[in-house]
Amino acid sequence: MLHDMKLEDIVGDQYKEVTLDLYGGFTRKIIYTEIETPYPDGKLIVSTTDKQGIITHVNQSFVYMSGFEEEELLGAPHSILRHPDMPPAAFADLWNTVNAGNKWQGFVKNLRKDGGYYWVKATVIPNVRDGEVVGYTSVRRKPSLTKVDECIKLYPTLF
Amino acid sequence: MPYQFTVSPDFTPSHLAGWFIFNTWLQRQMSEAIHLEIYHDFQAQRQAIENDQVDLIYANPFDAAMLVREKGFRPLVRATGVSGEAIIAVNHESKVDNVVQFDSAVKVAVTDAPDIQMMGMIMLEPGDLDADNVENINCQNYVLVAKKLFNNEADAGIFLESAYDELSSIVKARLRIIVRSQISVIHHTLMVGPRLFDKSEQLHELLINMQNNEKAKGVLDSLGFQQWETVDDEEMYFMNDLVDTLLV
Repeated sequence: MLHDMKLEDIVGDQYKEVTLDLYGGFTRKIIYTEIETPYPDGKLIVSTTDKQGIITHVNQSFVYMSGFEEEELLGAPHSILRHPDMPPAAFADLWNTVNAGNKWQGFVKNLRKDGGYYWVKATVIPNVRDGEVVGYTSVRRKPSLTKVDECIKLYPTLF
Repeated sequence: MPYQFTVSPDFTPSHLAGWFIFNTWLQRQMSEAIHLEIYHDFQAQRQAIENDQVDLIYANPFDAAMLVREKGFRPLVRATGVSGEAIIAVNHESKVDNVVQFDSAVKVAVTDAPDIQMMGMIMLEPGDLDADNVENINCQNYVLVAKKLFNNEADAGIFLESAYDELSSIVKARLRIIVRSQISVIHHTLMVGPRLFDKSEQLHELLINMQNNEKAKGVLDSLGFQQWETVDDEEMYFMNDLVDTLLV
């Protein structure tokens, strides 16, 4: 279950509100700011989900960067990180790629619990056990600033 | 024919004797002949794996997936608290404090340890550095990586953290760390091959109880380990998936 964002969780006075249609056919009210949390050097953000995209494992870097508690993340859809600046086409491409059993990679602007954001270079692979896909592993690493700048220009054109 | 045991060639030199002590202890406990073969580089070790000349291996995380998927190996144990972290260091007089300050093409001194090289390259990515504009200078060991930095023959060096820590203080004084990995979930694993499957339970019991026996604890000390802990199949799959995500 994914709840609407709450104003009391938001850091900063300058914020915007929007309602997003998310994977799985539900909507979520998003409150977001222009406050960026820089990606820390040398760390990886790691998570796994089941086949429906429900989070089953997170590491400490995920907890730290997302601003959520681990208990809030486990059992939530991965789209809890979905930022309104990310074009839906990027996620459609992600799901099409991993559902076909392939590795997906891209640059993603993720939403924090406090309304801020952080950029990552994300890689998602299907977890195959005994020949069957049982879920997905996503690993995020520090992105190239040049690539992020390219995405900042490109992504608004994809809506 | 004795069983064949080998160790990932990236162990630190100070622990070479420890692996022979461990193998002697293991043979006595198992009442089996086990030959420890040390390969000096990953290529030679991979060739031995390919030729089915390995039954027991303390495997580099990079090779673990291949051992499971292609050779049917199973995980047994890992050393508690030991993970292979990487460091990127520069000459202490370098003007570079952050990878984004490197020029658009750099020379990087590396060993052939595949996991450390991979993690080092990932840490260079934020500076727009990748296989296309990084020239690797291959070194046989981490002392030689340091030497390349002293001599300004390389702009950066990629080190295994524990190997960097073991460099002398004089050497370290001439280097400066600019970034270190904090990944923690990628580790070496002791793995058994098909010829040893019928003894893997016995082996596992011996290993996870080593810290409870004074003599066996001394053997662990010689490896620089506190104790072994179980690695189950799912943990192994998880690490292999993780390494797969990092290979692009």
